[in-house]
Amino acid sequence: MEQVFNGLQLGMILFLMAVGVTLTFGVMNLINLAHGAILMVGAFFIAFTTSTIPSFGLAVLAALFLVFTLAWLVEVLLVKHLYSKSHLDQVLATFGLSIVLNDGVIMIWGREPLYVNLPSWLEGAVQITPGFSYPLYRLAITGVAILAGLALWLLLTKSRLGMQIRGGAEKREMIGALGVNINFLFTSVFALSAILAALGGIMLGPMISVQSGMGDPLLILSLAVVVIGGVGSLKGALYAAILVGLVDTLGRMLWPVMFGDIVGNIVSNSAIYILMAVVIAIRPSGLFGRRISV
Amino acid sequence: MNNLVENLPFMKSKRLAFSLVAILILALMVPLFNQPYYTKLIARVCVFAIAAVSLDLIVGFAGMVSLGHAAFFGIGVYCAGILAQFGITSIGLVVPIALVVALVIGGVIGSISLRTSGLYFIFITLAFSQMIFFVAQGLRMFGGDDGFRLPGPTIWFDGISLSQPRVLAYTMIVTLLMVIFVTSRLMSSNFGQVIVASRDNPRKIRSLGIRPYPYQLLLFMISASICALGGVGFANLNEYVSPASISWVQSGEFLFMVILGSAGTIIGPVLGAAAFVCLEQLLSSWTDYWMFYLGIILMLRVIFLKSGLLGLLTRRSQ
Repeated sequence: MEQVFNGLQLGMILFLMAVGVTLTFGVMNLINLAHGAILMVGAFFIAFTTSTIPSFGLAVLAALFLVFTLAWLVEVLLVKHLYSKSHLDQVLATFGLSIVLNDGVIMIWGREPLYVNLPSWLEGAVQITPGFSYPLYRLAITGVAILAGLALWLLLTKSRLGMQIRGGAEKREMIGALGVNINFLFTSVFALSAILAALGGIMLGPMISVQSGMGDPLLILSLAVVVIGGVGSLKGALYAAILVGLVDTLGRMLWPVMFGDIVGNIVSNSAIYILMAVVIAIRPSGLFGRRISV
Repeated sequence: MNNLVENLPFMKSKRLAFSLVAILILALMVPLFNQPYYTKLIARVCVFAIAAVSLDLIVGFAGMVSLGHAAFFGIGVYCAGILAQFGITSIGLVVPIALVVALVIGGVIGSISLRTSGLYFIFITLAFSQMIFFVAQGLRMFGGDDGFRLPGPTIWFDGISLSQPRVLAYTMIVTLLMVIFVTSRLMSSNFGQVIVASRDNPRKIRSLGIRPYPYQLLLFMISASICALGGVGFANLNEYVSPASISWVQSGEFLFMVILGSAGTIIGPVLGAAAFVCLEQLLSSWTDYWMFYLGIILMLRVIFLKSGLLGLLTRRSQ
């Protein structure tokens, strides 16, 4: 039961990441390999702001604001020039960005991992049913992730900007032809996806040690989520993220029991990719993707 | 036809051909000076050049961006390491086994990955290399996460082994030359024409009654095997076997070498690998944070330099 909760949590964080990946690709046709590094930067910022700002809530806001500023700068200085480039160029430039960020945080904060202190009101555990209690903080981040998902859903379905984003994901040329300010739209989508990734990093910060490269495994998992769900599909990203979160977390418990220690360990680490390979083999465009013309 | 000429650009320009021969002679001379550091540097360039050329077959010629090529490099590394643990170190056994293992795994990965294209291809090759990475990491009897020391170098004959820098350097130079020769011939053959044509105009090639898939799969498998050759060299160069050689950062670095030189050529990636190794040595002797500057160079390369180092060279000579 606890594992199901953990799985859902991982799923929600992956969802926040995958939405960014799928939106930037859907709207701007941009492959962003620096997405994991942005999550890491979020975690570093929260470690930094909690150590200087006494109020946890304010620290979170400050960290989000820092990430927003960084994302805006990165978009204007680098990413803007990539929209019209080939996938190969995009992969390389954002890979370059990710190693710059990964090494940049080492230059600023050093190689030792940082730890984020939880405020006292988020410590402890809650009893959900008799005999089953669950850490309050983990429960809280599940809630925040669900709220963020809802807010995103509202933004995308109810607001004007959301309508333009969805339109852009469907048919980019059409949105431009209708006179939407594409530059502004692209910058906001990039900043939005960076904030979602950073939110994931902020939530992870107090749970794991904050260090360089911490975002990379999550990036790769979220790419798997996007592929399983179908590129450009938000619904696909949600279902696939939860599926991947559960398969990963529950698998870590089940496989070693089923296959023994070593094989089980290997299987649990690669289960997601096996799942992805199976999905690709059956449906090359993902579970919710439109058929791609080859 | 333009592409076919581009495939062998060193045939186009006498000056470039001349400077390449000069570089080769220089590379052959270096090990004679008995300076292990520089001798190993030459070997390192060759190891990465082999991997970069093999990757360029997929990225440049077939036009599909693979972000998981370190998987096959790692297969070479682990083949050399694991076989040596069982006492098998003869190059006559290690190399064929590494080639076959990479060929088979390349066949499996390729047959699934090639069903997709574009973005999906990038992600799925990355995912497969992560899978291989985790398998290597999970092999606790073979060092797990930390890896293990290469128990013994790959040997030619008794007393002549790849642990001697000169032997290693010359072996890798000759291997690289063979790889360059074979891949150039391959790419100017009918097979290569189908590959390039499927990149440039897949619809036309289909309407001519040719399915690109089997050709691309064969290319993917060949590329995997060649990359494993580089891996065997890498294990001997470092005398260490570690999952880091399969990491996605390694795959990214291979792509960087390809594009730094020039994609879609055979000589470009070789120059790219040489430039990469020089950059790596220079930057890391100057600062601990050399990856930071490498990343910046990478971004500048994408934004400002259109056709890579080879483009710079050929443009000047024309």
